[in-house]
Amino acid sequence: MLLEDISQAVGNTPLVGLPRLSPPGYRIYLKLEGENPTGSVKDRVAKYLIEEAERHGQLQPGQRILEPTSGNTGIGLAALCRVKGYPLTCVMPENTSEERRQLLTMFGADLVYSPASEGSNGSVRLARELAAADPEVYMPFQYGNPANALAHYETTAPEIIADLPDVAAFVAGLGTGGTVTGAGKRLKRWNPEIKIFAAEPEYGDLVYGLRNLDEGYVPEVLDLDVLDSRIKVNSLKALTMTRRLADEEGIFAGVSTGASLVVAVRVCARLPEGSSVVALSPDGGWKYLSTGAYAPGDVEEIAQRISGTLWA
Amino acid sequence: MPTVRIPTVLRKHTGGEGQVSAEGTTVGEVFDALVTAHPDLEEQLFEDGRLRGFVNVFVEDEDIRFIDGLDSPVGADDEISIMPAVAGGMA
Repeated sequence: MLLEDISQAVGNTPLVGLPRLSPPGYRIYLKLEGENPTGSVKDRVAKYLIEEAERHGQLQPGQRILEPTSGNTGIGLAALCRVKGYPLTCVMPENTSEERRQLLTMFGADLVYSPASEGSNGSVRLARELAAADPEVYMPFQYGNPANALAHYETTAPEIIADLPDVAAFVAGLGTGGTVTGAGKRLKRWNPEIKIFAAEPEYGDLVYGLRNLDEGYVPEVLDLDVLDSRIKVNSLKALTMTRRLADEEGIFAGVSTGASLVVAVRVCARLPEGSSVVALSPDGGWKYLSTGAYAPGDVEEIAQRISGTLWA
Repeated sequence: MPTVRIPTVLRKHTGGEGQVSAEGTTVGEVFDALVTAHPDLEEQLFEDGRLRGFVNVFVEDEDIRFIDGLDSPVGADDEISIMPAVAGGMA
């Protein structure tokens, strides 16, 4: 595979069977988005956010990009901004992991921190304020930009259909909602019988960071109509499955992957025997080593100890 | 009796309790009992008799929007979770 630069290396990720974790009579496959150039599914989104803005004349050569992100989107944007010549500012909660800060800094991004106590909504708020105050910057805004879902509609889902045309269900985590919305719409266009499930992580208090429910936020990108159900997964279940994935299937993934796999296993019982289910693994575990999620020891005790930083 | 898990942001209305038991065979019935016991929760959870948009409710981890809303059945040992809607944690 010969490519001219890193932006061409996005996508075309492996779809790997999990024979040991699949319930008897069902086949679960995991789409390994950690195989993207900067190690996450967000490379697809970053590429679409930038290239759609270029196509529509919203982004001028050398213009600064500003985006609220707690990690993966920022890292994907930072690498692409480097080769495409855009300076980048990432607005992120101050309690995000050291690995993410180092990666962003190495890719030349400028970091602005929002208070940890305001959670991920705080970085959305601060980024909107900064963008409104500076007409020179372009904010792609992954939470509200249709290019986010379009990336999955045009790339993620067609890859799954090509590899596994008889897929019966698709599971992905809910962050911005771009993956389930974009991939879900394309999969249902291919076969309206395909079920779409969202795994909703039960975050720690630091992610919620709310003083009242009115401060809650539903990303504009998320279209609930495409979902057949949304299933909540707590940190312990997600972490336990993530560790089993390494132990039994030899795959080292981030904890969101475990959450989606918990849902994939759960929904098999709702499908005809012999069905194939695709779960999306948004990233590998590398960036979360410092959280202690993979440390030896009792998984219950670890889940308890790190619940404040696990999803931050 | 079903239990209802209260998110941190709402615990000031339950005297600090993170888990409250309430009688009922549907989510709506359980919530009626819940707001009778903790009246301040009513306007936090409901607007014109409907659940507020930033409130996600799960029965045994399943979002009630995809079951039967407030009419979703609840078993005697089921856990109902109230969770605030937020922007994703790792986006």
